[in-house]
Parts: sequence; structure tokens; C-alpha cells
Amino acid sequence: MERIGKGAEADIYLEDSTILKERIKKPYRIKELDLNLRKTRTKREARLISLARRAGVPTPFIRDVDNQKMTLEMSYIEGEQIKKIIEKFSEEKRYKIFKDIGILVGKLHSKDIIHGDLTTSNMILKNDKIYFIDFGLGEINNNIEAKGVDLLVFKKTLHATHHKYEKECFKAFLDGYTSEYKDHSEVINRLHIIERRGRYFTERF
Amino acid sequence: MIRVICLGIEGTAQKLGVGIVDSSGKILANITKYQPLVAGIHPREAAQHHAEHMKDVIKKSLQKSKLTLDDITLVAFSKGPGLGPCLRVAAIAARTIALIKKIPIIGVNHCIAHIEIGRLINRVEDPLTLYVSGGNTQVIAFDEGRYRVFGETLDIAIGNCIDQFARTANLGSPGGPKVEKLALNGKYIPLPYVVKGMDLSFSGIYTAAVDSLKHHKIEDVCFSLQETAFSMLTEVTERALAHTEKDEVMLVGGVGANKRLQEMLRTMSGEHGATFTVPQPEFLGDNGAMIAWLGILMYSSGEKQSIEETNVKQRFRTDEVIVKWRE
Repeated sequence: MERIGKGAEADIYLEDSTILKERIKKPYRIKELDLNLRKTRTKREARLISLARRAGVPTPFIRDVDNQKMTLEMSYIEGEQIKKIIEKFSEEKRYKIFKDIGILVGKLHSKDIIHGDLTTSNMILKNDKIYFIDFGLGEINNNIEAKGVDLLVFKKTLHATHHKYEKECFKAFLDGYTSEYKDHSEVINRLHIIERRGRYFTERF
Repeated sequence: MIRVICLGIEGTAQKLGVGIVDSSGKILANITKYQPLVAGIHPREAAQHHAEHMKDVIKKSLQKSKLTLDDITLVAFSKGPGLGPCLRVAAIAARTIALIKKIPIIGVNHCIAHIEIGRLINRVEDPLTLYVSGGNTQVIAFDEGRYRVFGETLDIAIGNCIDQFARTANLGSPGGPKVEKLALNGKYIPLPYVVKGMDLSFSGIYTAAVDSLKHHKIEDVCFSLQETAFSMLTEVTERALAHTEKDEVMLVGGVGANKRLQEMLRTMSGEHGATFTVPQPEFLGDNGAMIAWLGILMYSSGEKQSIEETNVKQRFRTDEVIVKWRE
């Protein structure tokens, strides 16, 4: 098997269009905590990916979960990370993509699925379809607060990584999110409250 | 090039620092003074302390550098982020010097000053920086003309979490070193581990740690608080490292003195083939030299501020500053 990636928390192998994601030991943290985190996240990711698919969000197919080896086997999405191709989009295309992302997050939140790490590296574009991956930090949670934080993580990714397009992309995202999820205004209001609570928040609404 | 000699005044929180640095990067003086904490920082009392000792600390730093105020060609101060009353004392002192001596004045971002002094002293080029202190928790890297914040706390700072816990547990102040020492003989008990993307939250773990005191030994709670909170910090730094693809990791801020946190980050950096750096204690925590040095960097890149522009900014964001002194 060929290792095709080394993320922050997992090694990724590819063989015959199957991805093997292995959550590796982190020698910096103590055994108990390490084991606990890897186990919970592996289990959780498998479960959330299946739930997300059922909610109508494109994800890989889970083929196998091994809670001992902390591995997930899933189908390979042969596309490109949004992060890597955002520069190539026209303004129109960008709007469309980020509106679609908003719709997909709306679908997740309608089913109380929190992704937990909404970044443009965790979204893959293939044949004009956006796939969500990496649900390891996610959870099932019906709290408005959890959904608000989910949006905040995404907003901050745009701010740190795609500052040039931050405003237009987030607007497109909210357009999609609003059109898809009925409780959108509550969550968006909460997003602003959470931001204001932050240590360095400067904007005033 | 004409030699610029900058006097920098740090006063964002508990510490008052005055440093004198020249444009070659030579540290001529770096004097720090603070009132030992009894129960956290009272902003007004800390400001009072700074006002009382300002003259003396400036005098000492001039003595140390064998200079007089006439030799100073630039004055810099910590514009923010920090506690309003403290920031204003530092700003007023700086303005006074600027007006009396008719020299330029520059208000600088405290967080960026930590990074720049680390780059100067430890000869680090382009680090991913974890900045952890009583008031701040951020993962910062330079990208396209600014210091971008990749991760930060969503509520309280890590130092605040540990200090507050130590106070509730009657360990006295400052709490960090006491918790670190007790942790050496502790065992693990589970505490909430809260990472949201590359952001963190420490308010839940604080409450849980305080609750655990009822049923567990203080050593065990200290150990678990450190292990959990520092693993969160290291994980977020690791994510940011993978994301930004930098090959240097730097740890700055007062909490950076913790040996266990250093060890975790060193291990993590090694795994990614990145170097790991912690500045020596004098430049790790808040100090005046870092303010002076950032003043020089900004001044040399053409930054000019009128007295009217030297207002303080309590919530000064790291990524607001356009970094003209770096490529």
C-alpha cells in the first residue's frame, strides 16, 4: 500500500481506490489520553460519515472500521481539495461552490450533525460535486451553540487561509446555509454572539 | 544607515517593562518590574503600579545601557491587546517622552512583538508560533503580508485557566509553577478535551478541574489539567504546522516556561522534521525589549504615527497589522 498523505493526526494510504486512514499514536501525549482520543474519533468518524451520507451530503463510503488498529477503510474520492483550487475559480464559480458548501452544512445541521473541522482542506471537488471528509472532530449535537461554533470554525478558516475571498465566500456560504436550514437565523445570531465573546474580537454589530 | 536607538515600554498587563534596543538588534537594556499577584490582576491597581514605577524603570534601563534620554531616537509602546488602564499608562509615558524629546513614537502590537523578539534572539526565520500566556492563546504564522492567526482560544487564555484553577485550589500565585510541580507526582483522570477545528476552549476544563478536586488528589488534577490542556495546544499547533507547511516551531509567552509543554511541542515538531525553539526566560514573557525591537522594525519600514494615532487598543488583533518589514 502506498502512503499518500500524512495529516496532523492520521496517515493516509491508498490501494485500489480504497483509502486506509490510520490514526497514529502521538508520542507527545500520555497513553491513556492518546488511546481514548484515537478510539473515540475513529468510531465517531465512521458513524458521522454514514449519517452525513444519509442526510444527503456526499462523503466517502465507509468499508471497514477497526477499533483496535484505529483504522478506517473508505472509498477514494479522486478530486481536488477546495483549498488547492480556489485560486482558479471565477467569481461566479466561487459563489456557486461556496453556496453549495453552505447548503451541505445546512443539511448536516438539519440532522444535528456537527462536522467539527469545516475547512477547505476537508472539502473535495469531483465532477462539480463537493464531498465532505474528516469528521473526526464531529459530534451529534442539537445545540445552537455547537452549530454556531461549526460556522465560526469555517469563517475563521476563510479569514486565515483565503483572506482575499473571505467576505464574498462567507456570504455565498450563508446564502446556501440559509436556503437549506430552517433554524439558520438562530445559528447565525449565535455565531455573532460567540465571536463577540472571543478574546480578540474587534468588530461590533 | 543611521543608528536608531529605541526605548520600548511594555505595559499590557501585570508586568511593566522598559527595553532599549538599537537598529542592529543589539539589546542595550531590558528591565522588568511587577507586583507579585495575590488574587489575579486588578487592572486599576496594576496601572497604578506601572505609573508609580515608570520613572524608576526608565531610569534603570537608561543606566544599564549607559545612555541618557537625549540618546534615544525613537520611542515605542505596547498599544494592545491588554488591559485598558495598564495600556494607557504605557502610552502616556511614551507620548511624554516623544513630545519632550521631539522624537517619533510608534504603538506596536504586543503579540507580534513576542514573535519578532524570538526571531531576533533565537535566529528563527519563519516560525509557526504558539503564543501562550495569562491573557493570550494563539497559533500564528506569517502569510501574505500579515501574521495570520490559525488557531486561538474561543474563551479564556490557557494561563488564565491554570492561574484561576490554582487560586481556587489555594495553591497561591503565580499558579503555573505550582501546578507544574504538583503535576510531577500525579496520575491521569479524564477531563474535557475541547478542540474546534484549530481553535480551543479552556472554560470547560477549568470548571471540570475544579470539580475534580472534590474526589481526587490535587496532584492528579494538576497532572491531568496539564496533560489535557497541553495536548490540546500541541494538537492545534500540529494541525497548523501541517496546514502552513512551516519548518520551524516557536513557543512564546509566559506559559511557555512550562517544561512539560516544551517537551510536548519538541516531540511533535521532531516528528514533522521541524525545529523547535523557546526564547530564554528574559525574552519569553512580557518585556520592554520586544516592544522596542518591533518599534525599530516598523519605523525602518516607513511607519509613522502622529500623537493622535497613539490611542490604545484593548482588543488589538494580530492580523490587523500590515507587516511591511518582512517579505
